[in-house]
Amino acid sequence: MPRIFDYGELEEKDYLELGFKSGLEIHQQLKTQKKLFCRCPAGDYYEDYDAEVLRHMRPTLSELGEYDGTALMEFKTRKEIIYQLNNRNVCTYEMDDTPPFELNLEALDIALEVTLLLNCNLVGELHIARKQYLDGSIPAGFQRTTILGTDGWVPYKDRRIGIRQLGLEEDACREVSDRGHRRVYRTDRLSIPLIETVTYPDMRAPWEVAEVAELLRELARATGKVRTGIGRARQDVNVSVEGGTRVEIKGVHRIPYIPRLTHFEALRQANLLELRSELHKRGVTKQTLRSNSIEVTEALKNTAFSPIRGALEREWRVMAVGLAEFKGLLSFPLQPRRDFASEISDRVRVIACLDELPNIVHSEMMDSPLTATEWKKVGSALKAKKDDAIVLVWGDKKDAETAVGEIIIRAREAADAIPNETRQAFPSGINGFERILPGPDRMYPDTDMPPVPLSEERIERAKGRLPLLPWQRRAYYRELGLPQEIIEDLVTDKRAPLLQQALETLPLQPILAAVILSQTLKSLERKGFPTARLRDEALLDLLRRFTDGEFAREGFPDILKLMSTEDWRPGETIAKLGLVKLSDEDVREIVQIVGRVERSLDPQDLEKKWRYLMGVLMAELRGRAPGEKVASFLREVLETGT
Amino acid sequence: MSDVYKGYRGEALALLKAQGVRVWSDADVTTTRGQFTGIILPRSETADDKHIVLKLRNGYNVGITVNTVTGIKEIGYREAHYKIPEKEFPYDPRKPRVKLLGTGGTIASRLDYRTGAVIPAFTPGELYGSVPELADICNLETEKLYGVFSENMGPEQWVGTANAIGREIEKGVQGIVIGHGTDTMHHTAAILSFMVQNSPVPIVMVGSQRSSDRPSSDAALNLIDATKTAAESDIAEVMVCMFGPTSDQYDLLHRGTRVRKMHSSYRSTFRTIGDIPIAMVSRNKIITLRDDYKRRRSDKNVIINTNYEEKVSIVYYYPNMKPDIIDSLIDNGYKGIIIAGTGLGHVNKPLYPALRRAQEKGIAMYMTVQTLWGYVQMFVYDTGRDIMELGVVPGANMLPEVAYVKLGWALGQSSDLIKVKEIMLTPIAGEITEREPHNGYLIYQGGIPEVERFVSSYWK
Repeated sequence: MPRIFDYGELEEKDYLELGFKSGLEIHQQLKTQKKLFCRCPAGDYYEDYDAEVLRHMRPTLSELGEYDGTALMEFKTRKEIIYQLNNRNVCTYEMDDTPPFELNLEALDIALEVTLLLNCNLVGELHIARKQYLDGSIPAGFQRTTILGTDGWVPYKDRRIGIRQLGLEEDACREVSDRGHRRVYRTDRLSIPLIETVTYPDMRAPWEVAEVAELLRELARATGKVRTGIGRARQDVNVSVEGGTRVEIKGVHRIPYIPRLTHFEALRQANLLELRSELHKRGVTKQTLRSNSIEVTEALKNTAFSPIRGALEREWRVMAVGLAEFKGLLSFPLQPRRDFASEISDRVRVIACLDELPNIVHSEMMDSPLTATEWKKVGSALKAKKDDAIVLVWGDKKDAETAVGEIIIRAREAADAIPNETRQAFPSGINGFERILPGPDRMYPDTDMPPVPLSEERIERAKGRLPLLPWQRRAYYRELGLPQEIIEDLVTDKRAPLLQQALETLPLQPILAAVILSQTLKSLERKGFPTARLRDEALLDLLRRFTDGEFAREGFPDILKLMSTEDWRPGETIAKLGLVKLSDEDVREIVQIVGRVERSLDPQDLEKKWRYLMGVLMAELRGRAPGEKVASFLREVLETGT
Repeated sequence: MSDVYKGYRGEALALLKAQGVRVWSDADVTTTRGQFTGIILPRSETADDKHIVLKLRNGYNVGITVNTVTGIKEIGYREAHYKIPEKEFPYDPRKPRVKLLGTGGTIASRLDYRTGAVIPAFTPGELYGSVPELADICNLETEKLYGVFSENMGPEQWVGTANAIGREIEKGVQGIVIGHGTDTMHHTAAILSFMVQNSPVPIVMVGSQRSSDRPSSDAALNLIDATKTAAESDIAEVMVCMFGPTSDQYDLLHRGTRVRKMHSSYRSTFRTIGDIPIAMVSRNKIITLRDDYKRRRSDKNVIINTNYEEKVSIVYYYPNMKPDIIDSLIDNGYKGIIIAGTGLGHVNKPLYPALRRAQEKGIAMYMTVQTLWGYVQMFVYDTGRDIMELGVVPGANMLPEVAYVKLGWALGQSSDLIKVKEIMLTPIAGEITEREPHNGYLIYQGGIPEVERFVSSYWK
């Protein structure tokens, strides 16, 4: 029996029983000035464009002289690919009319840091490979990619999660639309450097996948050299169950989606395996599956069902496919609101490009849009037997032919195994077919690029820059005695390495430095001061001046405001603000003068008077005298008169 | 160097020998940077001797630094053999007979996935395996004449190709396609226009700017369009068939004597200079853009004339050029010099004595323009008149490379300079035109609003 459980209904042992296995491929853009293989600026996306190029992707022969499954699928779609080019960050490299320039070494160094953090074995020499993508997402038809390290690990709970490899590669285009036989891409994102971290399938439950994804994200962010924001990091999640197949859920933008997505994919696989047993019970196997198809346009020419009426108006054909012994199985549930017919509809949508839904109707539907008479006509045209299921599809001659082929292919797969697919994620946690998973033969050497040695000197330099890892950092902050909420802020803060450097080199109170570098900067940023542009060296210089006694802690906000808006250096800013730190003697004298005058005036209540005068004095002395000194001198003079 | 260690030398070779492993060993490699498992691949002979190349299980290749290796253990051996799959090219008696002559270049090829070497596909069966559309157009026969890179094409190959064309026309083929590397395709197109005259059938040169092992290659479309032209068009001339725009839309058919490669890497690199192309060709149709082309005939009256004098050179003039450049050509026995001069066809005064010497030695000298577009006009300035006095003949609007091969061919016909001059200045295959149409020179500048409007409304 098929099983539909919502996420949350299963426990760890249930997933264990299913043989749930999951691994991650995390793509994270790097914060570099330029792109990976050309000198275009990296990072910005634009909604407008200046020119367009049309390309068709053609499958190339694999090692064994065969076409890769994905390649063939994409060829069947007969897609026209349009690339939109803007002049600002797209050049002739992105449109595949200029060979690559040298590998961006800034990107290499960042990737190297992450590879070291992942405890990988480092390669001696980088070889650039071409990884084929026939979907058009890269105009060349392949992505340039290379790996820096293999077989690393990260600690998770009481065990290690294996890292299969860390790769450095160029990002792909952004898809704008995909309708009918035309797919449109923007090329601004293309070739932005990114790292791909691939884990082994070591996660055993949906929540573990999300937790490990979070951990790896923190690890990459710890370098302070990766891009953050929507779509800057994307996860591909691989899922399989016992007896199932590795299926890739592609491009998950938010980690919190992962548990539901993996849960429902595991469920889909378990249910497809049930469906297969049922087919085998009925004697249907990959070899014995019987199917036939026939055009039924004429039989349905008076139908009231509007999608088919629309098709007839366009002079399309309606085709009927008979699947022997499939009765009742098209509505076999796989995920919430998705049954086996949904899988068929997906294939028709993606491969035959019939993307106006519904694109099929079938004989197992609860509320059939066709009348019994119409089904009867179709059934007799197909010479269908009582245990057969029927699928109807409509399209122009070529698309309808492709669709009929795909319906039969998907039905045959159901009797065989769970197909190797890349599936797209829906926000509700269910997923849909995107394409056939590429085979292993799509990697080949990039003859345009020489190998790049990974020297000991480069590795040693990278080691010198390594930040503490998130978990090491938490322990380090706890040791410093920082409060929990500041710790959590700091773990993902890009100034964290600076904090560590400051504490190691300057006689600073940890909490003071942490508050300035994390909370003060962020709060000023929220108020509109561009503190993000302050350079680490400038901030370190400012902290040094503070420890040298050039100004008091209360001066930080004003100095930082001016440094960020005016682009002034710390020394300059302190001088312009007139923040000369007063000696204790001077402070005492000022406080005494004010205190003596005020002593006899209202209010008489000492506490109120003290609070009022603190306000007056600090407005003048902020940044030049420490608040606690002013406070104690004032209390002294109010209480004793001296 | 033994084949067992393909491409390895020095330290890397010593390591493989010491560890008792070879190329194609499936091996566990232990290094100070960790353990790696994969197949030892051949190494490019131009790469250093500090690394060995491993194909890992994940499909990636990596280099392992020799001095980090502490041990290599062979756990298997998997030598790869590659060949292009062959499928029999279907024969259809109703379809025209087209001959594909190969000179080199990789119009159809497959990559050796492990080493990156390119394996050319060439027999009809191999081509059918990778470009099956060809069978819808014609019955294809192929012959590999040469296997050289474009830059290594020269008189020997030009003569051989012209003779092969003559043989095929004699055999009765309805069209000829010539696969060629793109760098010097326009030189070969020009010389074939002179060596092969009065052809009754189309002679179409074709190549690719992106090799055919790439999904985005222009090779298949170029080959399909060239074959269609050879099989179906009524243009019986030597042509170059390459991408019109960079988009996968159509090819242009350029006259062999007016075409030039104009960009080092763009797909749409070939342009007709100083005129418009003969036609546009796509999978569906051939649209002619002009009417003055030579028509297809059913006879076999082709004239093959392959006499050629190799001692010809092009001198690309630059400011401050010294006479020793010309002198060295004289001293080395050159019989013809094409000058690519500045502007309307000029060189500096210091060259005059050398030019006079060349004239006295009976060297044929012709002026062309390095601006590529436009005619030589040596009467406008005194300089021009002086240079003509020194025996340099204005070459009208012949492209420098075209004038270069034509002069070799003309000197092959006669050593009489008057006869040579007559040949040089009489258009044979459109190399000199009487008039330059206004739309023969269109290099629009990006950035100008109306140009940007145009660019944004058509596929590039």
